[in-house]
Amino acid sequence: MLFKTLLGIWMSAVIVASFLFAPAAAGFKEPEAARIIFFHVPNAVVASIAFVVAMVYAIRYLKSRNLVDDAKSSISAELGLVFTVLATVTGSLFAHVQWGSWWNWDTREVAIVMLLLVYAAYFALRSATDGVERRARLSAVFAIVAVAPMVFLMFVMPRIMVSLHPADTLGRSDGLSAQYRMVLFPAMAGFVGLYVWLFRIKTAIAEYRIKIRRY
Amino acid sequence: MRDVICGVSLVLDSGRLVVTGRNGSGKSTLLRIIAGLVTPTAGEVVFTEDGAELSIDARRDALGLVAPDLTLYDELSAIENLRFFCRVRGLRKSDNELKSLLAGLGLRDREDDPIGSYSSGMRQRAKYAFALAHNPEVLLLDEPTANLDQSGIDAVDRVITEHRGIVIIATNEADELRYGDSVLELGA
Amino acid sequence: MPTTLDQASTKTRKPRSVPGPMEMISRSLAVFRKDLTCEFRTRYAINAILLFAVTTLFAVSFSIGGVGLSPSVQASLLWLIIYFSALSGLSRSFVREEESHTASALRLSAAPGAVFGGKLIFNIVLLFMLELVIIPLFVGMMNLQVNGWPLFLAIMVSGSAGLAVASTVVAAVVSRANAKGALFAVLSFPILLPLLIVAISGTKAALSGAGFASGADDLKLLISYTGIMFVVSLILFRFVWED
Repeated sequence: MLFKTLLGIWMSAVIVASFLFAPAAAGFKEPEAARIIFFHVPNAVVASIAFVVAMVYAIRYLKSRNLVDDAKSSISAELGLVFTVLATVTGSLFAHVQWGSWWNWDTREVAIVMLLLVYAAYFALRSATDGVERRARLSAVFAIVAVAPMVFLMFVMPRIMVSLHPADTLGRSDGLSAQYRMVLFPAMAGFVGLYVWLFRIKTAIAEYRIKIRRY
Repeated sequence: MRDVICGVSLVLDSGRLVVTGRNGSGKSTLLRIIAGLVTPTAGEVVFTEDGAELSIDARRDALGLVAPDLTLYDELSAIENLRFFCRVRGLRKSDNELKSLLAGLGLRDREDDPIGSYSSGMRQRAKYAFALAHNPEVLLLDEPTANLDQSGIDAVDRVITEHRGIVIIATNEADELRYGDSVLELGA
Repeated sequence: MPTTLDQASTKTRKPRSVPGPMEMISRSLAVFRKDLTCEFRTRYAINAILLFAVTTLFAVSFSIGGVGLSPSVQASLLWLIIYFSALSGLSRSFVREEESHTASALRLSAAPGAVFGGKLIFNIVLLFMLELVIIPLFVGMMNLQVNGWPLFLAIMVSGSAGLAVASTVVAAVVSRANAKGALFAVLSFPILLPLLIVAISGTKAALSGAGFASGADDLKLLISYTGIMFVVSLILFRFVWED
């Protein structure tokens, strides 16, 4: 309850700050539209975190054979899918404003499409498999197998493809103004908190379902 | 989810055990669990030899299963099936050994025909050849005489009485209770 | 029946040692030979895969000819044909074990590693046979100008190996699920997407003939992709195979 309240206040502050505290970014085609990065970047970050968490719980499931681990893996994938869709939509909007087209197939766009397809395939597999244990095992294997090409894509693709995305903005000292940092990092924390909150609710439900054997 | 078999605890050294019980009581499932084809939701099956637990690979070679839902390769002949299953276990068996095994089960005339052309009784005999080809210590027989004529039943009698390790039989035929030194009734 | 069964009930001491790598390869080859024999007696996968490839090639060639296509279009078309043909046949060897209920017998006799190895070799051979047919046809019907044959062949071989490895493990997963046909395409596409991108880029380099070095990066990537997928699949396969 406390966590939920604090999270609500925190996210409200982030939303207010992203419109009132952060200035319009002069370097962009539409300076006001640059505010979308406060939502786009955290969504993309959480989408990737959720993917990794799903994989970690998949590995744990194969070791423990505890259905709670399978539930956590699939819950993380489910939330990851939502955040991936949000990141894709906000990214596409911004691409239209900034680069003039909705979709350009630059490296990160390839990566996010792949992430979407992996998540979609993951749930297609889950719904097409009978038997709780078998479903858990197959989807865990798929979640882990899917990571290999994902990592491959992230580290390898930039070498052979050009990207429209700024690669190192966050790491460079002059890349982002102080005000932007002051909003972006809390925004990331807020979205991660949102993910954790949803994850915990769904996990609690799944644990009860497993306990009464209606999972 | 439903618990099919609960509270079964057995230690077997040698000898023959008959498992009975009404339909759906989990006879076949118990055999499949022992064979390693089904992982139980709780509990475990341990094989030991000279006090040491057998590895998964050794376990595979210590078991022979005959079951209604077991199928050999229809495209291959009986002898080709046996050759393949031995090779994949790393066993080098001569064709003569395999042929005499098939002959003992009454399949001498049909050993080069594809299994797909077999009648159900002959398939059942071929399953015995599959289960016995690697000389397993433990024989698991689910409905041992399904589809068999009298000569087939005689062959099964010989297999069971001559086997020197453990035989576990799942059946509902009252007549087949005679195979067992002891009887386990599931779901009673 | 006069013959006794003493042959079967004679106790012979079986080897209880863990099979070494050479032994695993020989067992994999046993699975491979079995699959090949079954395949040649039914020709299900070969027919599906070849007919699919040839029909697609004819359709593409008929509708756009081949004259004046850029290397990038030709490379993409070639890999798309290979990819979709592979989808139509590479899941077959696993799905057949499940559909004809022979999987239990195989599970009772073979180590998971041998099964995976055998199916992988089978899929690689199937894919190479497909390419032996489709590449000459493609060169002829699409007026393909290959300016760097060594690079072209190297990309084809390593790309197909990667395609075979990734689709073998996906096929194993799919064969244990219910809606097998549609699921294979859905699951394998995201896994294979990076491979296709790199293979197409390498093939493009080979077609435009900028020398072996121009595609060396792509080649390295294909080989590392194949290596990663092979290791991951080998580790995870037993979780898919067992029940």
